[in-house]
Amino acid sequence: MSLTQALDHEPTKESAADLRVVKARHPWRWIATAVVLVLLAMAVNALITNPAWDWPVVGEYLFHPSVLTAVLFTLQLTALGIVLGFLLGTVIALMRLSRVPLLTSVAWGYVWLFRSVPLILQLLFWYNLAALYKQISFGIPFGPAFFSVGSMDLIGPVTAAALGLALHQAAYAAEIVRGGLLSVDPGQLEAAAALGIPRARQIFRIQLPQAMRTIVPNAGNEIIGLVKGTSVVYIMALPELFYQVQVIYNRNGRVIAMLLVAAIWYLILTTVLSVIQYYVERHFGRGLARPLPPTPPQRVRRLVELRRAARRRRLAPDPGSAS
Amino acid sequence: MTASAIPAPMVEVRGVHKSYGPLEVLRGIDLTVRTGEVTVVLGPSGSGKSTLLRCVNHLEKIDRGHVTIDGEYIGYRRVGDRLHELKERDILRQRTNIGFVFQNFNLFPHLTVLQNVIEAPLSAQRRPRAEVEALAAELLERVGLSGKAGAYPRQLSGGQQQRVAIARALALRPKVVLFDEPTSALDPELVGEVLEAMKTLARDGTTMIVVTHEIGFAREVADTVVFMDDGLIVEQGPPAQVLDAPRHERTRAFLGKVL
Repeated sequence: MSLTQALDHEPTKESAADLRVVKARHPWRWIATAVVLVLLAMAVNALITNPAWDWPVVGEYLFHPSVLTAVLFTLQLTALGIVLGFLLGTVIALMRLSRVPLLTSVAWGYVWLFRSVPLILQLLFWYNLAALYKQISFGIPFGPAFFSVGSMDLIGPVTAAALGLALHQAAYAAEIVRGGLLSVDPGQLEAAAALGIPRARQIFRIQLPQAMRTIVPNAGNEIIGLVKGTSVVYIMALPELFYQVQVIYNRNGRVIAMLLVAAIWYLILTTVLSVIQYYVERHFGRGLARPLPPTPPQRVRRLVELRRAARRRRLAPDPGSAS
Repeated sequence: MTASAIPAPMVEVRGVHKSYGPLEVLRGIDLTVRTGEVTVVLGPSGSGKSTLLRCVNHLEKIDRGHVTIDGEYIGYRRVGDRLHELKERDILRQRTNIGFVFQNFNLFPHLTVLQNVIEAPLSAQRRPRAEVEALAAELLERVGLSGKAGAYPRQLSGGQQQRVAIARALALRPKVVLFDEPTSALDPELVGEVLEAMKTLARDGTTMIVVTHEIGFAREVADTVVFMDDGLIVEQGPPAQVLDAPRHERTRAFLGKVL
């Protein structure tokens, strides 16, 4: 049929309601779904039926007090590393963006140094600080000291680990914060300057909240990375999660089961953090998307309500539509 | 005001030069804006209009000459024959006397309309919140946006956003308001509402310097029209003179193109 014929064709009398829509069929989608389902079932089966996974032992140790204490310690290390790391990182980012050449260079140097040396090496340096400097003195620079402390007393293994993680994290955090600050439209700071808003307020009220949209996803990556990164601390024989399961399997010989315990805990921790990240991103997204998309719980609630409404309609048909 | 009483000068620009590297954007500008008057600056793009405006509130540092507002040197403190550079904090304080409306609005997208308007009076001028919020409500009503206090800028049209920006500038109770092509980023059908808001301000006696391409606005509202080209003021005077009987060939050529 040619185009002109189609255009000349008289509009039909029948209304659109009389024409039935036949949905397109997608056989390959069904086939792909079936294949993936079979593969998933095989994987689950392999996990459950193979006795080598030692599930009963996993269950026995998952909430074992020594494991829980180790989880708590891992969380503490992560929190210290992230909070101190991002505080220091923000300072370094602001130094890097300042107009003072020395501050800019020092900030650059810091990032260069701490990104270049492997974390595990840094941790060992801090751990062995006492061998480098026996005493740490507080006083006037190059002048008299008011008091001194033995390095061993000031920087124990826990402090060394937290310090190492935080300093390492600060280098990455600095770049993330700097990237976020640079992503904000320069017109924003110009407007703030034109309004006479004080400099610190410009940064913390106008620039940083907008930068958070770029900072949060990257920071989320870093935090989740650090949760697992704390496992490096095992070389300092600190009882975090990974070290603790090693201690246990060296005693009971159930290597796979204990590694599984650790893996499950890391999964739980990152899941919780991912959920928190989702809501933090929503918080800083306000004003930027109109209106904010519903959260997963809101979505579920809406779906349930829709289903209920549909059922009510089926049970008591609307008289208007019956005509 | 009556025609007989000549109001006092509010903004005085004297011998202002400004270069970006080898490019001289302003080549000696002299301009006086009197209290309560509206000055409209016209000129082809690249003539230095926007730069002049940005020099008046010291967003750009000037190379030579000076700017005073209500007798106060902007960006400097005069001691005898010397101008001492001010620190950023003092420049920021001076800017609270100067409203600035940007071409791209530059509203803070993460703050509501009300928060946008009250931010600077609270943090820069440290005025009491109750007073500032009452003023903000009054200003938003004046620009026709009283129902939008809780909205975020992205939820508004361009014209509405620019009217919020005008309310934000006025909330500082500035001595002069500078407009940098306030309607150039707007869809044609939204230009009218912004110009209307600006006309209201002009009628209420706000001292204004407006860089624009809206010749109709200049003709209707301006007390003085300034025509700039190539970093210099070519001619200035009442709109009837500059727009309808321009003395300079360059003004005639420009008006011939835009009218």
